[in-house]
Amino acid sequence: MSQQPVLLEAHEVAKHFGGVKALHDVSLTIRRGEIYGLIGPNGAGKTTFFNCLTGLYKHESGHFVFDGVKLEADAPHKAAEVGIARTFQNIRLFGNMTAIENVMVGRHLRTHAGVFGAVTRNSATRAEEAAIARRADELLHYVGIQERAHDYARHLSYGDQRRLEIARALATEPKLLALDEPAAGMNGTETEALRLLVEGICRDGVTILLIEHDVKLVMGLCGRVAVLDYGEKICEDVPSVVQRDPRVIEAYLGGSVA
Amino acid sequence: MNLPRKKFPFWQQHWLGLLLLATALLAVPFVAALGGQAWVRIANFAILYVFLALGLNIVVGYAGLLDLGYVAFYAVGAYAYALLASPHFGIHLPFWVILPFGAALACLFGVLLGAPTLKLRGDYLAIVTLGFGEIIRIFMNNLNAPINVTNGAQGITLIDPIRIGDFSFSQTSTILGVTLSGPQKYYFLLVALAILVIVVNMRLQDSRIGRAWQAIREDEVAAKACGINTRNIKLLAFAMGASFGGIAGGVFAAMQGFVSPESFSLMESITILAMVVLGGMGHIPGVILGAVLLTALPEALRYGIEPIQQAAFGRMIIDPESLRMLVFGLALVLVMRFRPAGLWPSSLRRRELAEATD
Repeated sequence: MSQQPVLLEAHEVAKHFGGVKALHDVSLTIRRGEIYGLIGPNGAGKTTFFNCLTGLYKHESGHFVFDGVKLEADAPHKAAEVGIARTFQNIRLFGNMTAIENVMVGRHLRTHAGVFGAVTRNSATRAEEAAIARRADELLHYVGIQERAHDYARHLSYGDQRRLEIARALATEPKLLALDEPAAGMNGTETEALRLLVEGICRDGVTILLIEHDVKLVMGLCGRVAVLDYGEKICEDVPSVVQRDPRVIEAYLGGSVA
Repeated sequence: MNLPRKKFPFWQQHWLGLLLLATALLAVPFVAALGGQAWVRIANFAILYVFLALGLNIVVGYAGLLDLGYVAFYAVGAYAYALLASPHFGIHLPFWVILPFGAALACLFGVLLGAPTLKLRGDYLAIVTLGFGEIIRIFMNNLNAPINVTNGAQGITLIDPIRIGDFSFSQTSTILGVTLSGPQKYYFLLVALAILVIVVNMRLQDSRIGRAWQAIREDEVAAKACGINTRNIKLLAFAMGASFGGIAGGVFAAMQGFVSPESFSLMESITILAMVVLGGMGHIPGVILGAVLLTALPEALRYGIEPIQQAAFGRMIIDPESLRMLVFGLALVLVMRFRPAGLWPSSLRRRELAEATD
């Protein structure tokens, strides 16, 4: 794994909300092809890190280098353009659009038809539109919800909504897929199915950054794990080492009891 | 809107309905003319409002941006036409130069309004656009000194009608044995324009851009995360809506032969918005219905209320003009109470609202 080239480098990223330091000079390196876990207690700054990475928040200092390119802060669509796709902790689908339309929106970035094409419906636009629909259909197959293609996103079950969000993210052709607590609220069977899906996505060449509370899932899935606590990275290593790190145990269980 | 299904073109599915509709549209100006040319003019205004409402539908219905200053673009188009085809400056350009120019100018104003307001939404956007509409109107009212550009509150008169060679839209003429009055000719021009805006609306809805608008309306943050440049896509909605407003303004100026700031009041913006909302936001047939009803009802009231009052009380008790606002307001309240998704909403919107109130 360590021979793989670096995909994402975070350099001392800091973000505060008023007086609260949500991220305190967090640095980490994610290599191509790995599944990298980001864990920590509630409020540790995991999602804030995601939001800074994907441009939803503007961080005060530090920067991200993705695939050799320095990312612009505060430009979500540009993050998607260079190849970072994400899902949200509280699922954010386009509820009144069908499942397949949700995925088709994900193709927006990699397609080009403008107003002229839309109004004239020339052959190029029709071909592109057909390709968008085809790709969206493939992706629904890939995540296993093709039979719900024409249902409204809001009517899908919780697990299917998670899958749909992943399909939509994959539609943007990401190099890095950032999943924000994908197993939250799932039962054992659903979590296991999710684990297989994430592994499959990684095998197909997409690097994964995973925020998760389900420690079992993280330990089974991730090659390396970083632990955040109060906005600081307190540990980064393979899961078996992280699990035994006293700082991590303290962060999760509170100050030493003995 | 299940896109990937195989389907026949729209016109093949609904050819009978379309044929009936075409016949009805052809008959309207001749039937209306039986009651006098005034009725043909009312039909013309109904269609002009269909055009305007569908232009606004792109901004409000598709992209979900509440625009209360839409009439500003209508005014820009109207004044562009008035200034470039009237004795006011002594310029008389042909309509096929001015209408595209008016559309482009309105589009530019759309971008000017859109650019600084893109971070706003809902109520805040509504207030800014409302202000913008008023600014344009007040400018038109006061741009008569030191240089007389708009002739102030007096407005601009003697605007050229739309003319193709010697064929003028303002005079009666006979084509293929059919005698058409000026308003009747404008009627057919307006119907052609309305069909254009309907096709544009329909095709945009089912396109990459249309999906992006819908995505922004549903969840702007998620849309951004999907790589949609929300700033540009929203600006596009403003620009497109504004262009249609500009064209409508140009035709309005040519048809009336006169423009003044009075025609572009806030009330006008609200009326157009009410057409979109009452009819069924984002649903083309609904918006058309809203526009036709809200143009026709006040007129019917104006002509109908006088005889009714004469018969009932022997004299006029309530001025039709004040009664009009009363009925208009009452209609709004009733529709919003009993059909909150509009008179003829898309099936989707109806479900959205039904579930929201569950």
